Amino acid sequence: MDNLIPVLVAVPLLGAALLLCGGRRLDRVGHLLGTLLAFASFGVGLALFFSMLGRATDQRPIHDHLFTWIPVNGFQAEVGFQLDQLSMTFVLLITGVGSLIHLYSIGYMAHDEKRRRFFGYLNLFLAAMLLLVLADNYLLLYVGWEGVGLASYLLIGFWQHKPSAATAAKKAFLVNRVGDVGLSIAVMLMFTTFGTFAFTPVFAHASQATQATLTGIGLMLLLAACGKSAQVPLQSWLGDAMEGPTPVSALIHAATMVTAGVYLITRSSAIFNLAPTAQLATVVVGAVTLLFGAIIGCAKDDIKKALAGSTMSQIGYMVLAAGLGPIGYVFAIMHLVTHGFFKAGLFLGAGSVMHGMNDEVDMRKYGGLRKYMPLTFVTFGLGYLAIIGFPGLSGFFSKDKIIEAAFAHGGTEGWILGTCAMVGAAVTAFYMTRVMLMTFFGERRWVDDAEGNQPHPHESPAVMGIPMVILAFGSVLAGGLFSINSSFVNWLSPVTGYEEGHSPLSTTEVTTGTMVVLVLGVGVAWLMYGRRPVPAVPPLGSLLTRAARRDLLQDDFNHVVLVSGGSHLTRFLVYLEGRGLDGLVNGIAALVGGTSGRVRRVQNGYVRSYALSMFGGALVLVATTLLMRAVA
Amino acid sequence: MTGMTLAAAIPPIPAPHIEYLQLSPMLAVFGAALVGILAEAFVPRRHRYATQVGIALAGLAASFGLILYLAQAGYATTKADLAAMGAVAVDGPSLFLQGVITLVAVVAVLQFAERRLEPRSGAGAAVDAFAPEAAAVPGSDAERRAATSGHATTEIYPLTMFAVGGMLLFPAASDLLTMFVALEVFSLPLYLMCALARRRRLLSQEAAVKYFLLGAFSSAFFLFGLALVYGYAGSVQFGQIARVVEGTATVTPALANTTGNDALLLIGLAMLGVGLLFKVGAVPFHMWTPDVYQGAPTPVTGFMAAATKVAAFGAMLRLLYVAFPGLAWDWRPVLWGVAILTMVAGAVIAVTQTDVKRLLAYSSVAHAGFILTGVIALNQHGIGAVLFYLAAYSFVTLGAFAVVTLVRDADGEATHLSRWAGLGRRSPLLAAVFALFLLAFAGIPLTSGFTGKFAVFQAAASGGAMPLVIVGVLSSAVAAFFYIRVIVLMFFSDPRADGPTVAVPSALTGTAIALGAVVTVVLGVAPEYFLHLANQASLLVR
Repeated sequence: MDNLIPVLVAVPLLGAALLLCGGRRLDRVGHLLGTLLAFASFGVGLALFFSMLGRATDQRPIHDHLFTWIPVNGFQAEVGFQLDQLSMTFVLLITGVGSLIHLYSIGYMAHDEKRRRFFGYLNLFLAAMLLLVLADNYLLLYVGWEGVGLASYLLIGFWQHKPSAATAAKKAFLVNRVGDVGLSIAVMLMFTTFGTFAFTPVFAHASQATQATLTGIGLMLLLAACGKSAQVPLQSWLGDAMEGPTPVSALIHAATMVTAGVYLITRSSAIFNLAPTAQLATVVVGAVTLLFGAIIGCAKDDIKKALAGSTMSQIGYMVLAAGLGPIGYVFAIMHLVTHGFFKAGLFLGAGSVMHGMNDEVDMRKYGGLRKYMPLTFVTFGLGYLAIIGFPGLSGFFSKDKIIEAAFAHGGTEGWILGTCAMVGAAVTAFYMTRVMLMTFFGERRWVDDAEGNQPHPHESPAVMGIPMVILAFGSVLAGGLFSINSSFVNWLSPVTGYEEGHSPLSTTEVTTGTMVVLVLGVGVAWLMYGRRPVPAVPPLGSLLTRAARRDLLQDDFNHVVLVSGGSHLTRFLVYLEGRGLDGLVNGIAALVGGTSGRVRRVQNGYVRSYALSMFGGALVLVATTLLMRAVA
Repeated sequence: MTGMTLAAAIPPIPAPHIEYLQLSPMLAVFGAALVGILAEAFVPRRHRYATQVGIALAGLAASFGLILYLAQAGYATTKADLAAMGAVAVDGPSLFLQGVITLVAVVAVLQFAERRLEPRSGAGAAVDAFAPEAAAVPGSDAERRAATSGHATTEIYPLTMFAVGGMLLFPAASDLLTMFVALEVFSLPLYLMCALARRRRLLSQEAAVKYFLLGAFSSAFFLFGLALVYGYAGSVQFGQIARVVEGTATVTPALANTTGNDALLLIGLAMLGVGLLFKVGAVPFHMWTPDVYQGAPTPVTGFMAAATKVAAFGAMLRLLYVAFPGLAWDWRPVLWGVAILTMVAGAVIAVTQTDVKRLLAYSSVAHAGFILTGVIALNQHGIGAVLFYLAAYSFVTLGAFAVVTLVRDADGEATHLSRWAGLGRRSPLLAAVFALFLLAFAGIPLTSGFTGKFAVFQAAASGGAMPLVIVGVLSSAVAAFFYIRVIVLMFFSDPRADGPTVAVPSALTGTAIALGAVVTVVLGVAPEYFLHLANQASLLVR
């Protein structure tokens, strides 16, 4: 039973290999095969889950050591898996949501001629992501980390015939590279400090390392998390990543891969708990990003980019919670799971709308769609209620817990963080209501597309509808289920540790506060977009609005500071190189080439000269052997 | 009366005690060779091909099975001992290397048996890569007649079996005379096999003659060295030599005058070294490699490059570690020099090669240098690392040469590198496999080449040869240049309009290439088991 863990990874990996190497023969069944294997992996995940539930709490984590990749003295690179409650949660989320999105993609990508490759990449993503969360050491985790980066790159640029998609893929790849450097430095620091990569010994010996080392490792891990999870300052790629097909945005850039940073921080809790500076940096990053993303989400007219801003903001909440230490880890992961449900559902809903509207993404050209797409409206609506934290739905439970934990951090810091989280909740209510109103309510503002086709909004096929319905159920129920008897806290706390926070505000006060800001956000949005007609051309707007439309100037910042600065630096280096280094490198190359050419002439093809050189060699050999004795 | 005193003076010669079970892997192969010769004489021509291939494979399979049995029965570890009156060592390194050699030979025989690459003869018979009638003068009427009637040199299979038999004995030989006999037993058939190419026969024959002359020259050195060492130690048995060197054994009074004369010992050792360094192709005894590798039929080149290296390094390990550990202070510095020269020269000269087979020849020279670093380590890690490296390297080599046989034009194999331009566009799969082999040669992680190189360098470093490791890494960098250049050429150049085609091989060559690729990947990704096996097998019996 428990040696099924490698199967989890192997099944989608097999799918990727078959679909990517199988050639055209598999064109007709490729999408079915890929989906089937995703569901198979989910089935294995469920089996492992029930087996884990059947064991006592302290028996639950299991290890499966596969083999040693490089077994030499002083350097052991192991390949092994660790399945505990934390990785189990991720396995179910990844394979569960992943399978639904595979199913949805059957409908969404039905007419794409590269469909087989698309499903191959999706399978590849599943395999890499499962490897990431199942690895029992940082080196193997790194392999999965790079694997999901690769899959993300391939899928963002899936429609590479569009220059914007190709550029977005490159951008995502490059920005992620900065984070990956952080992870590699962290891993190397761990190896030099602890002499191993494996989780168990690293965490066990963490307390023996110096404060500076721990802080360094923590900050580098945070940098890695920022890259993968689109947190400030490495957030700029996520908006552009929406160039990928919508199922990809739902799976990779909302539900799973972008949460890998939160996993990394939670997994490394033993290190962060001992490095207060790194924890402080983490909460600052989380708080800044949750506001940053929310503000961007308010200004975007592109439905997917508005949702992308929201994703950034919600992950900000998770990072904030993870930075709070033992009072927050559990809630970070709980919000991660509920967010996985409702954000994937929202993206699938957006995809369904685009599907019916000739791939239009501008919400100013939607309006009144609730009559034409009732199912999409209902499922999207439930996801909407969940994300704004409507009482009883998933987001209400998980987000409120994070806000409460932020206050419980204590002192002035706690008040600041709590207020940020509270303000974020208000802004969330505002921009999500805006999306809802602009898309499904008001009068129709449809226009003909570039080819002059009039949009005929229609409901999507069942194969797309079913995943949306299932995710809607998750959005409604998950939070409640997790909160009954603190079941999620009890489930996860053996791995992450848990402490009851002592908030200066009582739970009732926090809940009341969030309700007030919720009503406030929804009300303002209704005043602006529900009561008045939505103009087809965006109004000029305030300075902040204009900045937010430009993603709060993140690209301009990157351009001025990094790109211009970088090109000046490279120009300087090129100058240096031309003067010195280049000569050296070319000199070595010329030396090798020249020597090679000259020595080659000795090889003249005459056996007599070969024999002579052998004789000479033998003489030298004998002479040196004798000489060695004479010297010694 | 005089007869009686004579009888009393000469002690009766005892019948030698032979452990047939321990020697059975070699006996099986030699047996197959003899049966093959009989088959050549008595089986009708049209059945010979199938019969010979069958006999060869059966002999090799039997031999491999016996090796596995012996290893299983503990002859590699607890029951390791000398057999045949101290002439043959049956121990871990012997059995490991014999296993590798038989596997290599199986793959080589599969390639020899490939008959789908050459166009059919006039008579419509499928033909292989070997001359229809080796004795016919190139370009003569006799040759044309043999070619049109579809004759084939099926003697290649018994020749191969003799060579394999010699190679099995070579790393197991535990006295100098047996070692010399084994050397000749496997060398002579190889000289012949080099001359058997179907196309470019003059080049092939030239290669064979060069190889023969230089091989004879090096054998003379070896034999001279043998005599000198005997003069010093009064014995040719490795263990006895070691004891005499250490001073823990006495020698026969007849040799009292020469015994203890260090000059004899050192010159003898150096000359034995010349003989072995020639076989592994170390600088400055490497001059034959490019010419012979290029001229010989490509399947033979692959076999020779892989199996000879395995056998010769095995013999070198035994000679240096068993007979002369006491002289380490004398031979290690010399080998240091040879290893550095070999690595650097092999890598540097390869940079300007334009022929694939010559390129691979120089690459094999460089690899001989890398393996030497493991030999110099002079510790048990070194033995294990060398064993692993040899296993890894031989399969990469076989695979790479098998790929070369497939890239063809009207004149046979297209070995000039310029003709490989753009191969990746035309036959992505083949080019990808070749790229895998090149990456393994270059020692890129996740291939067997990386694991092997890492192991020998690590052993050398722990044996105190750090400068050697640095030179090794630097020459690996130079070597990576020309390997990667071929990959760039295959994948990033535009294909030539008149470029070669890639022949579709039968399952025989297909199996050979696939096996090479699988071993390369498995030893790169999950080498643990095999590293462990090699380390377990690293105890030389004395």
